[in-house]
Amino acid sequence: MSNAFKVGQRVLVKDGDPPGHIRTPFFLRGKSGVVETVHGEFRNPEELAYGKEGLPKKPLYLVRFLQVEVWADYRGAPGDTVSADIYEHWLDAE
Amino acid sequence: MAHHHDHDHDDHAPIEEGKAPSEFDLLEQAIRELLIEKNVFSADDLRRQVDRIDSVSPADGAKVVAKAWSDPAFKAQLLSDPKTAIEALGYDVGPAPNLVVLENTDGLHHVVVCTLCSCYPRVLLGPPPDWYKSKEYRGRVVIDPRGVLTEFGTQLDAAVEIKVVDSTADMRYLVLPPRPADTEGMSEEQLAALVTRDCMVGVTFPDSPSN
Amino acid sequence: MGGKDFGPVNQRDHVRSEWDNRVDAVLRLMLEGRRFRIDEVRRAIESLTERDYMSFSYYQKWLAAIRILIVEKELLSEDEIDARLDQLRQKAPV
Repeated sequence: MSNAFKVGQRVLVKDGDPPGHIRTPFFLRGKSGVVETVHGEFRNPEELAYGKEGLPKKPLYLVRFLQVEVWADYRGAPGDTVSADIYEHWLDAE
Repeated sequence: MAHHHDHDHDDHAPIEEGKAPSEFDLLEQAIRELLIEKNVFSADDLRRQVDRIDSVSPADGAKVVAKAWSDPAFKAQLLSDPKTAIEALGYDVGPAPNLVVLENTDGLHHVVVCTLCSCYPRVLLGPPPDWYKSKEYRGRVVIDPRGVLTEFGTQLDAAVEIKVVDSTADMRYLVLPPRPADTEGMSEEQLAALVTRDCMVGVTFPDSPSN
Repeated sequence: MGGKDFGPVNQRDHVRSEWDNRVDAVLRLMLEGRRFRIDEVRRAIESLTERDYMSFSYYQKWLAAIRILIVEKELLSEDEIDARLDQLRQKAPV
């Protein structure tokens, strides 16, 4: 597998609001996080959603974010985190 | 004077004896009948699928958790290769999605959500409860997990990291909660009785034996 | 949806009706029969109007998605569905 990012690497989620079926939550776009897990390669849901094959497969990562860096007024503990599975084409190296 | 008939207000109610069916009731019937007539599937296929829905419940997840609490080798495999571990117990995970088991400890507490729809580890828990699919839960647990957990009666010290896991892709996340205190010597069956559905989502702890 | 505050979580769970289970079962048959992909189902639900999305119940949303996709994939036509609905309405108790 040719994953661009490795466990422990800092990544930045792309900003933007392209049309169509997108599985990158709005609240994480433009946020900076750390790769926790490299899940492997999967077909692209953005294309599968429209009857296309979704190939070539793309690497999928579990990325972890500090809540205080995601929400301006986070009221929980400073160590709290949120993680989500994000496709490689939605990530840039930081 | 024209009458305005609004059929929408009853559309959430299931069909009751003698009650006129809603548009949704009729649509389900129309689609089901037409698909069967066109041989897309058979009435038997449908009956079998309905039976399958009720064939998995949180009791299945509870058995897996109880086994993990009792058997360190199984627990290690459950965390590193959950699909193999539960297939060995006879569960059919299928080709996809993939199961990931998240261990909750003294210092780390996972809670699972699908903010985008309702992805849920059905293979071990069956269908998700209404609250898991609700906009209230999906909206708030990512931004105010401690507030949501408090609503479920769960308080965690500020030193504990609460990690909200949003199931945005094909991974399905199941929480392996910590084994409660004062459970030494209990059988797997006794342990499984302490494991609730909610503690495998992460909004509560398992029951304690004194309850 | 993530980050929006709709108030306290109503810890309700209703007992699934036979109607709910039939909708669930039809959807599973279409997925297992490879007529639909889950990504297409999600995209169809996302295409509902905001009003419908917020007012339809969970299984009503699935039924709406099933309708969209069976017409899109030409398994049934809108005319066939409408004709059957008319027949059923005439037979229904008033």
